[in-house]
Order: sequence, then C-alpha cells, then structure tokens
Amino acid sequence: MAQTTTQSATRTATSTAAARTRWLQDNGVYVAVAALLLFNALFTANFLTLGNFTTQLVQAAPVLIVALGMALVIGTEGVDLSVGAVMALAAAIIPLYLGAGPLVAIVMALVVGVLAGAFNGLLVAKVGIQPIVATLALLVGGRGLALVIAEGQLVQLHDQAFLELGTGDVLGIPISVLIAGLLALVIAGLTNRTTFGRQLVAVGGNRKAATLAGLPVNRVLVGVYAICGVLAAIAGVLATSRLAASDPADMGLLMELSAITAVVVGGTPLTGGKVRVLGTVFGVILMQLVRATLIKHNLPDSIAQMIQAAIIIAAVYVARERR
Amino acid sequence: MITTTTPAVPKAAARTKVLQRQGAAVALVLMVAVSWLVFPRFGSLDNLRDLALQGSFLAVIAIGMTFVIITGGIDLSVGSLYALGGVLAAWGSQYGFLAALALPLVVCGAIGLINGLLIARTNMAPFIVTLASLLFARGLLLAITDEGANTYKIATDSAFVELGRGTVLGFGYPIFIAAVLAVLGGMILNRTSFGQNVFATGGAEQSAILLGVPVAKTKIVVYTMSGTLAGLAGALTAAYLQSGVTVIGVGLELDAISVVVIGGTLLTGGMGTILGTVIGVGLIKVIQNVINQIGTLDSNYQSVVSGVFLLIVVVLQRILRR
Repeated sequence: MAQTTTQSATRTATSTAAARTRWLQDNGVYVAVAALLLFNALFTANFLTLGNFTTQLVQAAPVLIVALGMALVIGTEGVDLSVGAVMALAAAIIPLYLGAGPLVAIVMALVVGVLAGAFNGLLVAKVGIQPIVATLALLVGGRGLALVIAEGQLVQLHDQAFLELGTGDVLGIPISVLIAGLLALVIAGLTNRTTFGRQLVAVGGNRKAATLAGLPVNRVLVGVYAICGVLAAIAGVLATSRLAASDPADMGLLMELSAITAVVVGGTPLTGGKVRVLGTVFGVILMQLVRATLIKHNLPDSIAQMIQAAIIIAAVYVARERR
Repeated sequence: MITTTTPAVPKAAARTKVLQRQGAAVALVLMVAVSWLVFPRFGSLDNLRDLALQGSFLAVIAIGMTFVIITGGIDLSVGSLYALGGVLAAWGSQYGFLAALALPLVVCGAIGLINGLLIARTNMAPFIVTLASLLFARGLLLAITDEGANTYKIATDSAFVELGRGTVLGFGYPIFIAAVLAVLGGMILNRTSFGQNVFATGGAEQSAILLGVPVAKTKIVVYTMSGTLAGLAGALTAAYLQSGVTVIGVGLELDAISVVVIGGTLLTGGMGTILGTVIGVGLIKVIQNVINQIGTLDSNYQSVVSGVFLLIVVVLQRILRR
C-alpha cells in the first residue's frame, strides 16, 4: 500500500513537472514579453511613448518577415541558413531595375527570392540533401553573388516612390510594419486553415509516414522553401528601402541567427511537426525588446551579445525534445 | 552466377569510393597544373610560400572541424573563437611567450568544452549551441577590446612574433605547425580507439551507445579540440600580424566547413579524412590565389566559386551514395 502511494505520488510529481515544462514551452515567450514590458515601463525613461514603440516595430519588421518563413521551414524539420544571403541578393537586384520603376524592381527582387528558395527546396526534396547543408551552399555563395552583381559597391537610392516603402506610413503606422503584420496573418491562415498547412506539419512530423500516406511531400517542401525565399526577399526590399541604399555587403548579415532564435524562442520545436506563428511574432518582439532594454540602459554591445547568447541557450534548453 | 555478380558490386562501390575520396585531389592537381601554365607568377617560390602560409591558418581550424563533422555535428563558433584567440594572444604577449600561447588555447578550449557539454549532455542541436557561442565569443572579444576600439599590439622583438613570422627555408613556422597537426590528427583518427569512437558516434549514434561507445565523452572531447585549435589558429595569426585584429574571422566557419566537405567528409557524419580536408584547404586557397592573380576579377567571386564547389560536392556525394 505504502509503496503504491509513493509510486503514484512520484508519478504525479513527474507529470506536474512535465506539465510545467510543457506550459513553459508553450507560454514562456508571452510571459517573458510581459515581464520585459513591465520592467521597462517601471525603470526605463521614455519607454511608454508612441515614438519608441514605432521605432521598435520598424526595427523588428524585417526580422519578423524572415522569421515567418523560417518557422514554416523549421516546421518541416528543416532549416534555412541562406535567408541573409537572399536578402543581400534582393538588395543587389533593386538598383538594377529601379530605372524601370519601383514595381519592376521589387517584382524582380521577389522573383530572385522565389527562385533561390525553390532551389533550396529542390535540393532538400528531390536530391535529398540535409537542409542545413543544402542551404549552406547558398549562404556561402549567395552574398558573394550579390556583391558581384553590385560590383562590391553600396548604391544610394533616390527613387521617391521606392523610398516611401521604408519611410511612409498609413494612419501613423509605418508601411513596413503593416506589411509584416499582414504577412503574419497570411502565414497564420496558411498554417492553420489550409490543406497545405496540414501537409506541411505532417511532413515535418514524420516525412516517411507522410510519403506513405500519399502526401505530395516534394511539392510541399519546395513550396515551403520558396515561401521562405520570397519572404526573405521582401525583408531585403523593405530594409533596402529604409536604408535608402543597396548594401549587399551588410544586408541581412547573421539574419539566419536572429530568425532561428525568434522561431525557437517562440516555441516552435527544431524537430519539426509544429508551427507557432503567434509564438514566432512574440519571439521576434521579445528579442527586439531585449536588445532595446540593453541599449536603453547603456549596456555595451559586448554585454548585449553575450546576454543574447545566454537567452538562445536558455530558450532551446527549455524547448528541447526529451529522450 | 553468384561468382560473376559479386565482384561487380564491390567494383562499382570501389569506383564510387575513389571518386568520393580523390575527387578533390584530382581537382587540386588540375587547378595547380592549369594555374602554373597560365599564370607565370603562380609557380614562383614566393607565391607558393605565401599560399601555404595563408592555407595553414585555415587548415588548423579545419582539422578540428573535420573531427566535429565526422561525429555528425557542426561547429559554427570557430570564426569568433579564431578572432578571440588572436586578441587574447596579443593581450597575453605582454606577459611573455607562454601567456600569449596558453591564454587563447585555454579560453577557446573552455568555450569549446562548454559547447561539447551542452551538446552531449542536454541533447541540444549542435548548430544552435555553436551559433550562440559564435555570438558569445564575439561579445567577449568586444568586452576585452573596449568595444573593438582597442587593438593590442605585440612587441616586434618578442619571441611570440617569431612563432608567426619565423621561417625555415623561407617557409613560415605556421606551415610546419599545421602539417604536424594534420599528421597527428590523421593518426588519432585512424590509429586510436578515440578515433574509432569518433567514427562510431557519427555513423550510427544509437547503435554506438548500445555498443558501449562513450558517445557523450567523444563529443565533448571533439568540440573542445575544435575550440582549442581555433584559438591556436587565432594566436598564430596574431603572431604573424603582430597584433590582435578584432574584425577578422567573420564567416571563417563557413570556409572551414566548406573545405571539410569538399575534402570528402560527409556532413551526415561517420566518414571523413584529414588528408581530404588538407586537400580541400589547398583547393580553396589556390582558387583564391588565382582569382587574385587575374586581378580584374572581383574578389567576391571567391565565395561564389566556393559555394558552387560546395554544391557540386554535396550533390555528387548524394548521387554516388545511391
């Protein structure tokens, strides 16, 4: 009797611990954002101003757009290391076609993004190369290609209509923030309400089973990487417009790290089979808030980087799969 | 019937193996031969010495990376650790030769050890853990250099500078250090039980665990090695440059991974050679050298060519394994 009681007590204890871990995995990012907001409201001067919030959101918009695509790719148990390079490619394409009008330039940049993503997807789906390796080739070569296209130069842009994209606003909301929000809604709809979304999660959960169940695995994978590519290109276009210059050398540098961090912090597991769009949005906001908090309290870049590293490790530690 | 069919299969397999193992070597020989004929300056002793010296720093890092990749992992922190190692060596040089050499090895080795502990003990993905330490090491570097504003110089007459600039028959000491490390690495990989554990860990981790291979310990050692070697490469570079340059090493991890893969080591783990990695270093450096010789060509073509090479190699590996 005593033994059974102890056993069931242990079991309850374990399941409470497991439940707590699961709750932390699911809601940790929201709690962390709330805590940081509260901290800043109390201890940071000029934090609760409209201007500050607008600045933070504008800075976070490109990261969010890239992270949305990354969340889908990670949902298929993949990863896309080439997003920063694709942003650089998009930035390099813009000045080439800006003469023909901003719309042509943007469309060309997005086409390059789709092609780059589909190329990654084909390598992963058809050739069967690990995602990390397949996208590594484009990470190594893509930025070089962008620099070759731009002849290594930073090009100032003067097309007013194009620059409006980065500086303009609608009813006080910056256009880039609007686009990022809209894309978040689209991706959320795509994952939760479409067949494609279900197939994506199925492929990530168990690729073999998905193949045996007759799902178009290859088409889903190519589609997901293409979406990730085009989203990276959109982020590249917006960031270029905000910078008022095409700068392929620095555009999107280490963006893959920021995007993966945001997705993982937001509770999407690296093992695939699950995509959390709202979590990803809050993951981006959390990392932006962390950076803003550190800067506003005059902590140097060095400390900020080390703290970000610690946060990444902590988030992945909490979210890691159990053996 | 059986006697006629059985030899055919190993022959095809052997051919595949030769292509996989020697593909990079054949490409290197061709590149060198063509460059020698086309560019008169390529074959000059000065150029070859310079080529070998430039390659030696990358080779030291790539040797550690080879071990990591054979266990099925990846180490993205080496570029940052390389820069950190250089800065630590330059700072330490004011306290003498031993401090200048020991400080980068110990600190970078410790960060490698932490990488290994996190990866082996907590089951986190290697690329995420080492991405975080990429950030951490850069942050640490900025912290000890007054946010990158301070470049530590190494006294020209110190013994430590000799380590980077000294020569035998015109060939720099780092070349010999890299060569010794490559031979040592090859021997450890192929002649010791630790080497066997490295292959077993990457080949089939679950089976290795069941067979009693100390998988966790092997991983920890391998990442510690990689960190230490990156620190050493940084120290050698600092000795050569006579200062701890803060901005070097960005993206160097990609070069290191590329040369390992081009050298025939499988990124899925379980297979690879140090010799292949050394050949991979040679190939990338020769390509870089040729692009510089052409002069009119944008130096950015280097990374494009590396990327294309990497792509061809992984696609070929994949197709040949079918």
